[in-house]
Order: sequence, then C-alpha cells, then structure tokens
Amino acid sequence: MEYTISNRLKMASIVLIILGLIGVSYGFWDSHHYKTVDDVKVLLAEEAHHGDGHGEAHGADHGGTHATAGHHEADAHGESDEHAEEGHHMSHEEHVLHQIHNRPWAALYVGAFFFFMIALGVLAFYAIQYASQAGWSPVLFRVMEAITAYMFPGAVIVLLIAVASGTIGHYNIFTWMDPEVVEHDKLIQGKSGWLNMTSFVIRGVIFISGWALYRHFSRKFSIAQDNADDNKNFKKNFRISAGFLVFYIYTESMMSWDWIMSVDPHWFSTLFGWYVFASMFVSGITVIALITIYLKSKGLLEFVNDSHIHDLAKFMFGISIFWTYLWFSQFMLIWYSNIPEEVTYFMTRIEYYKLPFFGMLAMNFIFPLLVLMNSDYKRIPWFVVMAGIIILCGHYLDVFNMIMPATVVDRWFIGAPELGAVCLFGGLFLFIVFRALGKAPLLAKGNPMIKESEHFHY
Amino acid sequence: MEASKVVHAIYNDDDVLMAAVKKVKAEKHHIEEIYTPFPVHGLDKAMGLAPTRIAITSFLYGCVGLTVAILMMNFIMIKDWPQDIGGKPSFSYLENMPAFVPIMFELTVFFAAHLMVITFYLRSRMWPFKKAENPDPRTTDDHFLMEVAVHGNEKELSSLLKETGAVELKFIDKEDTH
Repeated sequence: MEYTISNRLKMASIVLIILGLIGVSYGFWDSHHYKTVDDVKVLLAEEAHHGDGHGEAHGADHGGTHATAGHHEADAHGESDEHAEEGHHMSHEEHVLHQIHNRPWAALYVGAFFFFMIALGVLAFYAIQYASQAGWSPVLFRVMEAITAYMFPGAVIVLLIAVASGTIGHYNIFTWMDPEVVEHDKLIQGKSGWLNMTSFVIRGVIFISGWALYRHFSRKFSIAQDNADDNKNFKKNFRISAGFLVFYIYTESMMSWDWIMSVDPHWFSTLFGWYVFASMFVSGITVIALITIYLKSKGLLEFVNDSHIHDLAKFMFGISIFWTYLWFSQFMLIWYSNIPEEVTYFMTRIEYYKLPFFGMLAMNFIFPLLVLMNSDYKRIPWFVVMAGIIILCGHYLDVFNMIMPATVVDRWFIGAPELGAVCLFGGLFLFIVFRALGKAPLLAKGNPMIKESEHFHY
Repeated sequence: MEASKVVHAIYNDDDVLMAAVKKVKAEKHHIEEIYTPFPVHGLDKAMGLAPTRIAITSFLYGCVGLTVAILMMNFIMIKDWPQDIGGKPSFSYLENMPAFVPIMFELTVFFAAHLMVITFYLRSRMWPFKKAENPDPRTTDDHFLMEVAVHGNEKELSSLLKETGAVELKFIDKEDTH
C-alpha cells in the first residue's frame, strides 16, 4: 500500500513554516528594539509603572530578587552570580538587555531541539524493536522510519543554531562560548578542555554522523528486505541495531551535556543524559501513536489493529512514569542535599518558572497517569490523541525549562518567538516525515516477523 | 441456576480448549466452569464472563495507601516529633513533601498489591484449609476441564465434545454428590 503526501498537508506544513519564519523574525526584530542600556532603563521604568510582563513584577522589585539569587552563587564559589555573563561589573540593565537579546535565540533553539528529539527518540525505539526482535511492532516500522527521516536535518539545525549563537550571535545560548566570560570564571576555565567551540563542533559532527549512518543503513536494509527471498537484510539490521544502541546511549548522554546541560555551565547532574533520554523516548513514542492513528483514520494501515495502539499507549503511560522517576530522582537528591552550587538550578526554576515547572509535572505525570491508567481507554483513538497532545506540550515545556532559565532568566514568555519556532520546525517536521512516508510501501512486507505482527492480539 | 447434571470434558491443550469453548458456546450450551492449570489468555472473553473489576479495587486500595502514607508521615515527622533532617525543620508537610514521596509511593504499591491479592482470594472463595472445589486433580498438572450443563441432551453433547478434541468425558449427577 502506498501513501502520497496530500496537497492539503503539504500546504499546511508550508503555511506553518512561513508563519513560523514570521514569528521567529518578529522575535529577532522585536528584541533588537532595545539596543542600549538606556532603552532598557526606559523599559524597566515602564514595567515598574504598569506592572505588566507576565504577572511577576520585575523592574523595581526585580533588583531585590536578583540580588538574592546572586547571593547564593557568591556563597558557593566567591564570584559573580550565574547571570553575570560578562564578569562582575555588569549593571542590572545590561543583564536585562542580554536576556532580551537571548530570547529569540533560545526560543528558536528550544523549538529546534524539541522536534529533533522526537526523531532521535523514535530512532532509538526503532533500533530496540530490531535488537529485541519484537514481534508486535513491524507493522509500524514504516511510520517509525518516516519519523526518523527528520533526525538528520533536525540534528544539523540544532547544531547550527548552537554554533551560530556563538559566532553570528552574541553568545546568546551558551555563555561558555564567550572568551570574556571564561576569562573571569574559574569554574568554566576548569571545564574548558571539554567546553570549547572546536571540540563542541567535532563531538556534534561525530554524534550526528553516527546516528545518520545507522538510520541510512537500517532504512536501506529494511526496504531491501521487502522483496528479498532470504532474511539476510533482516539479520544485518539486527546486528547494526544492537551496535547502534551502544553508540546511542553514550552519544545521547554526551549530546545532552553538550547541547542542553552546558547552558548552565556551572551546574551538572550525573543522570541528566537519562533524563533527556526519557523525555525524547516518550515524545517519540507519542508521535508514532499520533501519526499511526492519523493514517488509520485515512483508511491506510488497515493491518494495524487496536492492540498495536494499545501497546503504544502502554508505552506512553509507562515511559511517562519513567520520566517522572528520573525527574524526581534528580530533583529530590539536589533538594535534599541543598548544596548551593547544585540547588541554584532549581531555585531559578521555582522562583521564576513556577507555572511551567510545576505545570509540566502535571502534564507529564499526573495527567497521563490518570488518563491512560484504564486499559480500555488505551484502545480509544481520540483518547490516545488527546493524551498524546498533552504529553507533547508537556515535553516541549520540559525543554523550555531546561534552556530558558539559563538564557533569559525571568524574561520568559510563550509568545511570538516561541510559537514561531514551534510552527517553523513543526511544519518542517510534518513536511519531511510525510514525504518520507510516501517513499516506501506502508507495510514492511518482507520482514520475517510481519505475520506475527499482523496477528498481534492482546 | 446450576444444572443438576453436568459433563466433565477433559482437554490436554489450551489451544484445543479455546477452540472447543468457542464451538460449545456457538452451539448454545451452557459452560458452568473451566478448570485450568494456568491462566489461559482470552478464556474469560471466549466464555462470555463479565469483565473483572479487580483493577478498580486496586486503584481504590492504592488511594487508601497514599492517604495512609500522607497521614502517617504527617503525624510522625511533623506533628508528633518534628525532626530537623538535613537542615529542613520547616514544620510543614508540604515543604518537606519531596522527602516523603518515596514512602507515599511504596505504601501506595504495598496497599494496592496486598489488598488486591486478598480481595482476589476472598472473591474466589479461597481461604486456608478450604476443601478444593476442583473436580479432578489433574487440572492442577497438565489437563484442562470444561464443565457443561446437561439437560437431557447427553448423546448430542458427547458427540459435540468428542468432536472438539476432548480426550475424556464424564457425566456426573450433582445431586448424588451433595
């Protein structure tokens, strides 16, 4: 059975991309209204007057809270606070100016990473299916392969934005890229063997090429298996999938330090790689379920039955709880030990990001826990779709909470630049995924497990 | 209503049993009970049994466990003997909540699991020293037994059951045994 991307879907994704571009450019244009410290002074005076923004009074109040936040950091290593991106002697207005300039960059980065992470999560899920020779899932292989088509462009975009922020931009995402910051910062100096632009790029290229090589060959073998008389391609796929998983779990972990954790260069957490993995895994599985249900509603994929949807929903449920387990393990240990240089990470988030920080916990844990607990509900497509949309929004917020506090501190909002980035990369994602879906038959009919998968019944 | 006369058909394979159940149901005979050495997947649906409500009880027991954990930790650590652990003497349950999450989780699981098992035994009328209802000890080893009600249609029934692959048939007058 074949699928071709419909004109309506193509148009929709192009419209999304254009809307996204408008939103992103508006974000950059808007932030550059404020060119000097004097512009910011005017802004802060205005805010203090109207008390607008996002409900929290910055401006006059802000100086106070800012100073306390800085105090903790000063206790920790006797130097300037983490927001002091350029040494000790920056005024409050200068900080705000930087945060305003950082926002469109960070918003773009969050959107790009979110959609890239979905594709990489699916790639890992796909490799696990091969390596474990799962019998239930081969009917979904073509959907997974289509989603992983976005992995390569998505990863390249993320890396390019990261590098551009430190070359074209003014170190808007990663402060360790700024030589002036490093000069005044003992902690970053100690890490500069790892955190420097050259090795950042080299590592990024190694990660991406490893993942892309696996994706290229597994897709090739999968299609070659369709019309093969023997199982040679399947066996090859089994072997490279097992190898890839080893490569993946190391590189995914390192990628999460490089691309996410290093936005807070003073802070580290040893289970951060796992935490990001859980997030990408559950978002990836959710997208597999959403696209499968969409295609089924179009009358395609008639070999996918309720039990497959049920299994995907079980994974959504289970990995949501796994994510919470890791989130909590990270949070509780840091909260309990209360060591200043560690706890500052959560202080910033609880002080300035209360709503997204606790909101994501409700969306990623309590909601899927209660909604997807009942076995029967996991078979109802619209139920799975509703749960899936909430889970995806929750994991967008998760990435948001990882990047924004380090870049814009309290000057966050989900407005034009953020929504624009989501539209831009969402549109690109849909376009690439559904085009890839049309390039091969929807059933991997040569897979030796396909009969078992078609008859899968729970 | 229990039939006074039943037939015990013995099978020695679960797939054969499943096919037999579907056939016997299709012929509109009433299956009283089936005894198996292990849970046969999908058998309850094939027999047309009402879906189990044990999951609902499990959820409720979990809620009880969660409540017990919250009340217990609130009493022990906040009210009765407040303790300063790790510099967090806040005398507030909510502010110390992360420390209690593992306990809340464990007691939720503990209550749900144990009470669910006890409920299952009670609902299945199983308790210590109870005389087994099981009509044939071989169903605890490697045989499957289907009990079908007989209403004067012995001949027809025995040929049908033989056809479905029963290895042994035994007609029993229940009145005699009681």
